[in-house]
Amino acid sequence: MSLLSIEHLSLSIGDTKILHDVSIDVCPGEIVAITGESGSGKSLTALAVMALLPRGSVTDGHIFLENTDILRTSERDLCRMRGCSMGMVFQEPMTALNPVQTIGDQVAETIIIHEKTSKLDANIRATAMLRRVGLNVNPSRYPHELSGGQRQRVVIAMAIALRPKLLIADEPTTALDVTTQATILELLKDLVTEFDMGLLIITHDLAVVAEIANKIAVMQEGHIVEAAATYDLLHNMRHPYTKSLFNAATHKVILPEYIPAPPLLSVESVTRTYNLPRVTVFGSRPTFQALAGVSFHISHGERVGLVGESGCGKSTLTRAILGLEEVQEGQILLDGQPVFTKKSLNLPARRKMQVVFQDPYSSFNPRHRVDRLIAEPLHVLNNSIVGKYIEKAVSKSLEDVGLTPEDGTKYIHEFSGGQRQRIAIARALIIEPELIIFDEAVSALDVSIRAQVLDLIAGLCRKRQLAYLFISHDLSVVRTITDRVMVMQSGKIVEQGDTEQVFSNPQHAYTQKLIAAAPKLPEVTYNVEVI
Amino acid sequence: MSRGLVIGAFLTLFFVALACVSFLWVPYDIETLQISNKLKTPNLNHWLGTDHFGRDVLSMVMMGARTSIAVALLAVGIGMAIGVPLGLFSAARRGSFLDEIIMRGNDLIFAFPSLVIAILITAVFGASAVNAIVAIGIFNIPVFARLTRAVALPLWERDFVLSARVCGKSETRISVEHIFPNIMNLMIVQGTIQFSLGILAEASLSYIGLGAQPPTASWGRMLADAQTLVSIAPHVALVPGLAILLMVLGLNLMGDGLRDRFDPRIKKNRT
Repeated sequence: MSLLSIEHLSLSIGDTKILHDVSIDVCPGEIVAITGESGSGKSLTALAVMALLPRGSVTDGHIFLENTDILRTSERDLCRMRGCSMGMVFQEPMTALNPVQTIGDQVAETIIIHEKTSKLDANIRATAMLRRVGLNVNPSRYPHELSGGQRQRVVIAMAIALRPKLLIADEPTTALDVTTQATILELLKDLVTEFDMGLLIITHDLAVVAEIANKIAVMQEGHIVEAAATYDLLHNMRHPYTKSLFNAATHKVILPEYIPAPPLLSVESVTRTYNLPRVTVFGSRPTFQALAGVSFHISHGERVGLVGESGCGKSTLTRAILGLEEVQEGQILLDGQPVFTKKSLNLPARRKMQVVFQDPYSSFNPRHRVDRLIAEPLHVLNNSIVGKYIEKAVSKSLEDVGLTPEDGTKYIHEFSGGQRQRIAIARALIIEPELIIFDEAVSALDVSIRAQVLDLIAGLCRKRQLAYLFISHDLSVVRTITDRVMVMQSGKIVEQGDTEQVFSNPQHAYTQKLIAAAPKLPEVTYNVEVI
Repeated sequence: MSRGLVIGAFLTLFFVALACVSFLWVPYDIETLQISNKLKTPNLNHWLGTDHFGRDVLSMVMMGARTSIAVALLAVGIGMAIGVPLGLFSAARRGSFLDEIIMRGNDLIFAFPSLVIAILITAVFGASAVNAIVAIGIFNIPVFARLTRAVALPLWERDFVLSARVCGKSETRISVEHIFPNIMNLMIVQGTIQFSLGILAEASLSYIGLGAQPPTASWGRMLADAQTLVSIAPHVALVPGLAILLMVLGLNLMGDGLRDRFDPRIKKNRT
């Protein structure tokens, strides 16, 4: 007897059909993962189970939790069920917690709402639950005093406070670092066995899916295209979409051979310290060292990766290299010229460097046309560039990234995330820079789009000599797209070396921990017969 | 298109049209007094009646619309022309000493009760429409400066501004090319709201005789003149009062409607 069974669920909002005939079963003690790319309907499936669908949703089919059909239950009864017989863990632990309530109170609240019990008893149980999820801090702390992983533990504690039979986790580890992700996944697995819960986990990360789930359902455009037990699915893939998804996740690009060349960018013992707000009125200000004596070189045409967890100083380093921030000690030279001189950036050096940012949605001014956006870097070149040349350069860059010159006349909102990232690369390419900094440039993209963008970058390397610094938290991507990799921890580069060597034989303890924590996709095999 | 926006725009345009028509034609000359014809209730010759000097109330309201709108518009214009650049500058140099000075200066102006200071200014420099404009305008500056800075600050952290900086563009240029176009619609909304406050301020100043001087007609002065006659001829007080009410209501509805229309979050929810 399954705990949750979604039967032929269809959902439409307005005239848009979002889910088509979705059926999933979850048994007690079982972990079922729904995976797919953005817009595939996986989150809405989870929300349908909680009956938290947006207004105007029209559903068809059944969702049975034990013997109750959630789609045909009144809101009052649903309120009694939410938190009690089903709990939910959200993606972003900071926004899922109330910042002005202590974590103990927030966990206790769930208990008080559903059970007639004293506040004291609820508090005692909340404390016990926080300890159970591995959080050994005082329950009178506030969310902002905790780290991301600790906050996610609080969210989990809230969801399981009443030992629900079903737990739904919507991208529970996407916002977390790899090492934290590993511990949270471990915790979820333990809780499922201990409480004999059913866990429905929604994630786009195939490696996480393969590691944690007993059963996998792959969704595409509102359909479940393939669903099977994890082992079967991985070793006997049937649907072409599943195959392409797993192919894209393990996508390897072919980089041209790196020919040793003189250094292009040299960062020499750079230190950056920030002043923090005063703790007491007259005390001195505490400081935070974001970069502590960082030194490295990037040669002409060399592809270098930089990995590290959040807060390790990656962003500060990027900003320092781009000349957006002054460093206190050391110097950053690009082709022998400092990038930052006399309180402002050095334009001659800047002409050789461009950047591609992470978020394809905030990297463009929504009020400018694409050709104007792409032409923006031409500003750093001499002013002798005129209309005709700009037009030609814009079309050439657009073609370089696989778009057409006509796309220049459109506005940015007409493009998808992957196309926007191509436009961002086109903007970086227009001044033919020698160095491009990719700051988490593919992290916000779906796997198939990510594979295309990685191919594009590799293709550009084949066409012309291009050096880049590829900053990412995703080790598998860094492994394929770089020649050399640097590992950063608390403002220091703890290890650097040839990419393959660092990954296959890490020397530093932190690198070893990082590589061990990263979920890995097992070898997949394909079924030859195609449906 | 929300209903409020349509009604608001209609009311506003109606009074603007009245003011425009008054340049070409008014039913009666308001500088000719006809005491024999005083305090007539609305009739076919005088649609809105006449006041205690026998002047046509409709003509006075039309001329008054001109004064009110001109004073409020110019005052908002002063506020925007000085406040927006100040705010953009402050946001570009956030955290600097100059930013601090500008914002504390704003606080200083905010700390004064605006109407009392406007009275002070007009009392010291003489009561006239120009001084009323300046007095109201000064108090519009910090409103725009602060709003501009507040909405520009998050934009400075956006990636497209970073990439413009990477392209070596100056702070001024980024402010003009990237920041300003993205905050313009908010400024229009705030401008509408300040406009309605300007109408009220102008009416208040001329009510106590510190705004436009006779024979220039103004709604506030009409109210003041009619004050003692309310029991005998209520229409003389009602008409300018309603004019102020409807104009302010129209502008507020329009401001509200425009805000809903420009706010992408609200737009998304609707579709």
